Amino acid sequence: MPLIRKRLVVTLAGFGLLLLAALVTGPLIGSTHISLAKVFDRSIPFADNTDAQIFFIARLPRVLAAALVGAALATAGVVFQALLRNPLATPDTLGVSSGAALGAMVAITFHFDFAFAGIASIPLASFAGSIGALGIVYALASARRRGLSTIVLLLAGVTMTAFFQALILFTQYLADFADTFRTVRWLMGTLDVGSYAPILAALPIVLLAFAMLATLPRSLDLISLGADAAAARGVNVVAAERMALASASLATGAAVSLAGPVGFIGLVVPHLVRLIVGSDHRLVLPASALFGAAFLIACDAIARTVWSSGELPVGIVTALVGGPFFLWLLVRK
Amino acid sequence: MLHASHLSFAYRAGAARVIDDVSVTVAAGDLIGILGPNGSGKTTLLKMLSGTLAPSAGAIEFEQRPLTAWTRRDLARRIALVPQETHAPFDFTVLDIVLMGRYPHLGTFTLEGPADLAIARQALASTGTSAFEDRPFATLSGGEKQRVVIASALAQCPALLLLDEPTASLDLGHQLDVQLLLAGLNRNRGVTMVLSTHDLNFAAALCRHLILLHDGHVVAQGPTEDVLTPDTVRELYGVDADVHRHPIAGHLTVTPLARVP
Repeated sequence: MPLIRKRLVVTLAGFGLLLLAALVTGPLIGSTHISLAKVFDRSIPFADNTDAQIFFIARLPRVLAAALVGAALATAGVVFQALLRNPLATPDTLGVSSGAALGAMVAITFHFDFAFAGIASIPLASFAGSIGALGIVYALASARRRGLSTIVLLLAGVTMTAFFQALILFTQYLADFADTFRTVRWLMGTLDVGSYAPILAALPIVLLAFAMLATLPRSLDLISLGADAAAARGVNVVAAERMALASASLATGAAVSLAGPVGFIGLVVPHLVRLIVGSDHRLVLPASALFGAAFLIACDAIARTVWSSGELPVGIVTALVGGPFFLWLLVRK
Repeated sequence: MLHASHLSFAYRAGAARVIDDVSVTVAAGDLIGILGPNGSGKTTLLKMLSGTLAPSAGAIEFEQRPLTAWTRRDLARRIALVPQETHAPFDFTVLDIVLMGRYPHLGTFTLEGPADLAIARQALASTGTSAFEDRPFATLSGGEKQRVVIASALAQCPALLLLDEPTASLDLGHQLDVQLLLAGLNRNRGVTMVLSTHDLNFAAALCRHLILLHDGHVVAQGPTEDVLTPDTVRELYGVDADVHRHPIAGHLTVTPLARVP
C-alpha cells in the first residue's frame, strides 16, 4: 500500500474532479434547456439574458446549497459513526437534526417574525434547536463521569430523537391548516433556498466545523477502536470527543437549518467512500465532504427533472435512492 | 523506571476500592506478571500504570517525573498498552492498525513518512504478521489480531509495554507464539514489560517477577520462584495445586488438584 501522502493526493484529486463536474453540470440540468456559452455571453445585458437569469438566480443557488448541505451532512455522518463506534450512526442519531426540525416547526407554527443579520426566523430557530438538542444530549452523556459515555450518548440521542418527534407532532397539532402544510413541506427537506443569503449565513458555520475537524481525523481513527485504546496511543480522548461532537453538530445544525432534514446522505456517502478509499479518516473525511456535495447536487438534479409537473423535495429523492442502496450495501457480502 | 506508591482506586467516592494500597516498582528490563482471580483489579492497575486512569489515591512516578506531569502524547511515546480485546468497527487493514501506533510521534497535521512505514513494517515482522499486512483487521483470528495489536504497540517504540491478558482466548500454539515473542522482545530489544494473565504456567515461564492480587490487595510480590507457591495459589484461587519445577522446561509449573472447600 502506498504512503498516505500519495493516497491523499489521489483521493482529493479524484473526488475534487467529481465535485467540479457536478458543480458545472448541475446548473445546466433542468426543465428549461440553457446554454453555458449564452450564460457567460457578456454582450447580452443580464436583464435580457434569460439563460443567465435561470443559471444565476434559479439554479446556481440551489446547486451551491446542495453542495454545502451534502458536504456538511456526509462529514457529520462520518464523525458520528467514528465517535459512536457504530457504522449505522447518522447526523440524526444524537437528536441534533430532530432538534433543528423542532426549532423550525415552532418558528413556523407560532409565526416567529424576526430576523438577525438578514437571516430569517425559521433557520435561526432551527439552528438554535440543534444546539439545544446537542446541549441536552451532551449533559446527559457526561453527567456520570469525566468524558463521554458512548452508550449513554447513543441511548440519550435515540430517546431525544423520539421525544423531539413527539414535540414536532404536538406542534403540528396546534398549527392551523396552512401552517401544517408548511411544516410538512419543511420536513421533506428542500434546497429551494431562493437566494444566496441563506447559503452565506450557513457557510461560515460549516467552514468553522470543517476547520475543527481538520485537526481530528487521526484521533477519530483511534477513538473508533475504543476510548482506552486511543488514550493509550496518546489521544486526548475527552478533548477530541468534545471537539468532534461540537463540530459535527454545528455542521448538521447549519445544514438542516438551510435545507431541512435531508436524510440518508450522512449514512450512504461515508459507506460508499469507505468502499473506495478505505477507513482512514484522513481520507474518509475530505472524500466524504467532496462526494457528499456532488451526491446531493445529483439528487437535486433528479428532484428538479424527474417530475414533469414540478419539483420533488430533495429529501424524498435521497431517501428513495439511499434507502434501497443502503440495503444493497448491507446484503452485498 | 516506574514507581507506583500506595495506589488506590474506587469508581466513586465511598465505593469499594478496586485497588487498595498497591505499590509497584518496575526497573528497566523487568518482565513482571500480575496474577489474580477475576475482578481482583489487574486491568485497573494496568490502566493506572499506563496513565489512562487516574488513581483515587497514591502517586506514580515514571522516569523521575510524576505521571500527571506528562502529556498524553509524550507518555504514549514511552508507554504502550495492549488491551484485552480490540474491536474495529470499520474495515481498517492490518497496516492501518499498526501505523496508528505512530500517532504520538506525529504532529496533528503530519502524515507518516517512509521512516514511519519502516518502523511499522519492522513491528509486523517482529510479531510474525507481515504476511497479512493488507488484510482487513476484522477478518483475522483472535491470535492474529492479538499479535497485530502488539505490533501496533511496538510501532509506538515504547520503553515500557503493558499487556492486559495477552493470551486470553488463544489456543496452545498461539499462546506459545506470544510467549516466545514477548520473551524475545524483552531479551533482544530490552523492552520492559508488565502483563496480566490468568495462565499461571504462561506467567511462570515468562515472568521473572510476579505481583499477586486479590480483591485489590497485594497478596505477595517478588521473584517468581519465591512467590508462586501452593499457599499463594490457594489464597488467590481457592485451589489446592502442585507447584514444582518442570524438569525439561526449567520453570515452575502449576497443576490444580482440588477445590478448597
